[in-house]
Amino acid sequence: MARLSAEAVAQARELMSLYPDSRSALVPICHLAQAEEGWLSPEVMEHIAELMGITPAEVLGTASFYEMLRTEPVGRYMVSVCTNIACLLNGAYELLEHAEERLAIGVGATTPDQMFSLEEAECIAFCDRAPCLQVNHRFFGSVDDERFDTLVEDLAAGRLDDDVPHHGVLSRVRRQGGLAVPAEQVRAERAEADRARAERAAAAQAERS
Amino acid sequence: MALTDASPIVTARLRHGDSHTLERYLATGGYDGLRRALRMEPEQVAEEVNAASLLGRGGAGFPAGRKWSMLRPSPVRYLVVNGDESEPATFKDHLLIERDPHGIIEGTLIAAYANQVTQAFIFVRGEFALGLERMQAALNEAYQHGAVGRDIFGSGFSVDVVVHPGAGAYIAGEETGLLESLEGKRAFPRIKPPYFPAAIGLYGEPTIANNTETMANLPWIVQHGGHAFAALGEGSSTGTRVFALSGHVRRPGNYELEMAKTTFRDLIFAPVLGGGIRHGRELKAFIPGGVSAPWFGPDQIDLPLDQDAVGKAGSMLGSGSVVVMDDQTCVVRAAWRIVRFFYRESCGQCTPCREGAGWIEKVVRRIEEGSGREQDLDLLLDVCDNIAPGLSWPPQQTTICVLGPSIPSSIVWAIRMFRDEFLVHIKEGACPYG
Ligand SMILES: Cc1cc2nc3c(=O)[nH]c(=O)nc-3n(C[C@H](O)[C@H](O)[C@H](O)COP(=O)(O)O)c2cc1C
Ligand code: SF4
Ligand code: FES
Repeated sequence: MARLSAEAVAQARELMSLYPDSRSALVPICHLAQAEEGWLSPEVMEHIAELMGITPAEVLGTASFYEMLRTEPVGRYMVSVCTNIACLLNGAYELLEHAEERLAIGVGATTPDQMFSLEEAECIAFCDRAPCLQVNHRFFGSVDDERFDTLVEDLAAGRLDDDVPHHGVLSRVRRQGGLAVPAEQVRAERAEADRARAERAAAAQAERS
Repeated sequence: MALTDASPIVTARLRHGDSHTLERYLATGGYDGLRRALRMEPEQVAEEVNAASLLGRGGAGFPAGRKWSMLRPSPVRYLVVNGDESEPATFKDHLLIERDPHGIIEGTLIAAYANQVTQAFIFVRGEFALGLERMQAALNEAYQHGAVGRDIFGSGFSVDVVVHPGAGAYIAGEETGLLESLEGKRAFPRIKPPYFPAAIGLYGEPTIANNTETMANLPWIVQHGGHAFAALGEGSSTGTRVFALSGHVRRPGNYELEMAKTTFRDLIFAPVLGGGIRHGRELKAFIPGGVSAPWFGPDQIDLPLDQDAVGKAGSMLGSGSVVVMDDQTCVVRAAWRIVRFFYRESCGQCTPCREGAGWIEKVVRRIEEGSGREQDLDLLLDVCDNIAPGLSWPPQQTTICVLGPSIPSSIVWAIRMFRDEFLVHIKEGACPYG
């Protein structure tokens, strides 16, 4: 894919209209692009730049800062094993080692069939279920070696397709409708409210003195 | 000290499996707080929050009411709700976002009304895929219900709310990094002053940034009054708070407890809470408020869950997360993993933070792997001193944001508390715990 689909372009335009400055939609649009292809190719970043009226370097500048935005292709399933403190105390590195063996790849690599990528993650806020991991940012807790193997088999066989869409698909729930209140209306309402508030304050002041 | 029978405020609804739906939300009093707030004047709502003396639940513990009062008058002002939760071992916002998104939305609307903001954003950590779906679905429902958007519940007050996804960066949780991120840029924290986005925030306009749990308390405060909230807890630590307990306890999890009335001992050992240390082991150390906080030992276990008391004792309640380490824990490895986190997440703008974290990580790893040198401990303390001169608590800051001065906490306190254990690693080239 070189460019975003027509559907994604329409969604990107909607996203841009939600913010006072359309530049704010850059990260959400990068997620949208990743949902189509799983990663951000140079071509798609150029397309995003064109849509947003910024340079491809600005898109890359932002995208390359964030862990979840991938400027290199990854597997269908990104397995992120947390090794931070609560998981470390509960055997996370042993789990990570097992994951490397089971998938026959090291951290940072992708299996030759492009099915699985493996990464060592920072705390994913699921510490009460340590050791834990995410697959495409879906949570799996209290993972032992056996559960890990079952998970990998289920994913490979497509048994979890409903729960775990391919890499890049984040929220499958779309916002319904754009902004409901035009900016001028809000400003007018607020100016009126500020005036009323000043009057109340003045009245209270007068009562006191 | 003991457990109190104070009812939960922000987790009350979670015993229902469908707590995230509008139907359940309405059946459990949802949006009544907003309706009530809209019948009050905005400044009265702010007054209730002031009376509650609600401390921000994001980590810094700054009173929400006071923060709001600093908002600069302007025709445009924003509210940004911080749901980026990435402080290691903190997992309470994750729970609230997935299980009670309407509670956060209602709180957001109350804050939006009290501060008369022109637009509000709920920033949800990118890794929370389900949380993002739940939050967006809840917001869609709230719009349909007339709780958001034009002329809310016929009150004449209108405001839009947008759910914004993060993309994986701890530093985007720092409030000025959050604003940069929301502007579509790298999440580089901004140079202070201005100290508060209330003066110059999103797109340069006055902005309130508050944590999601802070928001989730607002419906209750409006319904029951600020004084009822302040009647819970003690001193400046009012209300209840969700404590995220993890590590070597029998029952890790989120526990909402009345502040100040409960102790770390209660949290870790009470059968209905942490249930004690696993495998019949002993407590070696615990981290009282996220990995940016200095460590505590068994001697400090009777301290109350009180912001000021913990501060006076030399650490912080921080993000409300407590990590428990048992007597078989290798503290060198634990401290190493924490500094490795900071090393990976430093945004790189400030030399002490960027270089310091890297050096400390290398030296602690060397010790942990058995090739440490005796002078390494002094070297570590020296590098830490360059980041936070004096190695005191609260730390001195040489950097743009407080990620920098958070780096020494685990290292310095681990060395102070367990110097012998570091020395065994160095002298014997091996860990006593295998
Ligand atoms: C490195 C760093 C990361 C932070 N991460 C978060 C976070 O994920 N969520 C949060 O609410 N506050 C976080 N904070 C604190 C925020 O800067 C800010 O104080 C808070 O969001 C304000 O909300 P509150 O007053 O309601 O607590 C972080 C601070 C720092 C320095
Ligand atoms: S202290 Fe660290 S994280 Fe904070 S701005 Fe400086 S380099 Fe970035
Ligand atoms: S430390 Fe692993 S999820 Fe928090």
